[in-house]
Amino acid sequence: MSAPAIEVVGLKAGYGKKPFIESLSFRVEAGEMAALLGPNGAGKTTLLRLLIGQHPLRAGEMRLFGRPVGHLSASERARLVALAPQDLHVPVPFTVEEVVTVGRTARLPRWRTSAPDDLRAVEAAMARMDVLALRDRPFDELSGGERQRVVIAMALAQEPKLLLLDEPTAHLDISHRLQILGLIRRLNAESGLSVLMTSHDLNLAAEFCQRLFLLDHGRLVAQGTPEETLTEPLLRLVYECDLRVRREDDGTLTVRPARTACAQ
Amino acid sequence: MKRKSRWWIWMLAMAAGVALALALGPAGFGWPVHGSPIWMARRDRVWAGFVVGAGLSTAGALMQALLRNPLADPYVLGVSGGAALGVATAILLGLVSAWALPVAAFAGGFLTLALVYALATPRGRSPSLYTLLLSGVIVGSVSGALLMMLITLAPSAGLRGITWWMLGSLQVPSAGLLRTATWLIGAVLITSWSFSPEWNALTLGADIAHNVGVRARMAVLMGLALATLAAATAVALAGLIGFVGLVVPHAARLLVGADHRRLLPASALAGGLLLTLCDALARSVNAPAEIPVGVLTALIGGPFFLSILRRRRGWSP
Repeated sequence: MSAPAIEVVGLKAGYGKKPFIESLSFRVEAGEMAALLGPNGAGKTTLLRLLIGQHPLRAGEMRLFGRPVGHLSASERARLVALAPQDLHVPVPFTVEEVVTVGRTARLPRWRTSAPDDLRAVEAAMARMDVLALRDRPFDELSGGERQRVVIAMALAQEPKLLLLDEPTAHLDISHRLQILGLIRRLNAESGLSVLMTSHDLNLAAEFCQRLFLLDHGRLVAQGTPEETLTEPLLRLVYECDLRVRREDDGTLTVRPARTACAQ
Repeated sequence: MKRKSRWWIWMLAMAAGVALALALGPAGFGWPVHGSPIWMARRDRVWAGFVVGAGLSTAGALMQALLRNPLADPYVLGVSGGAALGVATAILLGLVSAWALPVAAFAGGFLTLALVYALATPRGRSPSLYTLLLSGVIVGSVSGALLMMLITLAPSAGLRGITWWMLGSLQVPSAGLLRTATWLIGAVLITSWSFSPEWNALTLGADIAHNVGVRARMAVLMGLALATLAAATAVALAGLIGFVGLVVPHAARLLVGADHRRLLPASALAGGLLLTLCDALARSVNAPAEIPVGVLTALIGGPFFLSILRRRRGWSP
């Protein structure tokens, strides 16, 4: 049995004087695809930033594949875990391939241009995210869906064992959402890549992820399979509005607002 | 739009530019006799032109990447002005050796950059384009005023040449300084080229750079120090030559793309060539009188700066 991809015990962290996240514990097994759900400001993005070492933790333990995050060197960490941000601003005319190559930074040779291994990894990442045909296009000129795929390809070029995604489907229409989540699930199934993403789309998270975490005000309210976490009482507690959860005939779980919309 | 490396065109342009610069001068157009005083003088100016142009362009390219800002350049951000103040102070104190001047320039330039950046940065966030430009302008004019005060208060003997030098000139004060500057700027070019992957990552933001395994804060600090060293050395050698660091990296990006592996060498070569040609023009257009080359680069660079500022849509806020 391999070490879990993420193991967090008694985590305490925050920006100001008062810790925002307190005594948070959870784990994501290796090879799992999981989602962090919760209202705006619940601490989802902060948690991702903690996991990739952008914030120091105040107390607790945080291990990736059994190794404490704080003890990893920057380049070791980059080979273990990658984060695809929600948005990428590219202030110079980089091509798609140049952006994806940035994912290789920790491995690129210092005294020469990219090695064959790097070119292969970059091409494989672009192929995985279906952006190989765009490789010489300037990043600025891409559509929202294409950009998001390039950002994820950049993270994949790191060849990580754990992929963190910050709202990978936030600005996309339904067909692009399905496309991106489909590509990610295929990666998860075929190469055993562990995935943790944040999302506001409860239906898609239930459809694509095996394990869900419900986060509210920096606390873990519930975790488990979609059936266990997406229940009407729990959702009312977290999102403070009336939602209806239904299991469809084909087994999918759907969440929709109650007729009267938000009660409070 | 795969960019083919047309290195031979570059080399041809380079050779033609050097030949033109050697043939042009206050003495008129003509190839100087090898080894003659005119030949030596022109050779030193071409050499200085390449060193200073490469230094300023590399500094500009690095600053644009690290501050994620298309208008960053050692002159605009006040670094050159701070370096000039450092040099003038060193001259007044009698520290005029080939190493003392670049060191004083670096100290002045780095303090200025730190001040500009601190003034422009709201608590805990990265500075915006406009606050950065504004504080650069303000700190720049304060250091300019201090420089003027030093000049007027100082015994005239020590700073006689300084007004001319402030306007920017490739009239090399000493062969030793030229050699030191060549070493320093050469070292910056090689070091910063080897960190090209880090600069590429930092162009996408400090968070992205962190995620892909760069120790972002350290790398930014090192990059700014390298840029300041290159710019300050250029100032110690040739005074205030503006806008080369702004214009050249933009032109180089159009030619070879934004990847620093190609951008940095291309900027250095293009900057050297541009400044050498500007200097040849400055020496010969009004012969036998010379126009300060800094005046010429400002005349070209000012309108260019405005055109980027106007077309800025899509660049970082």
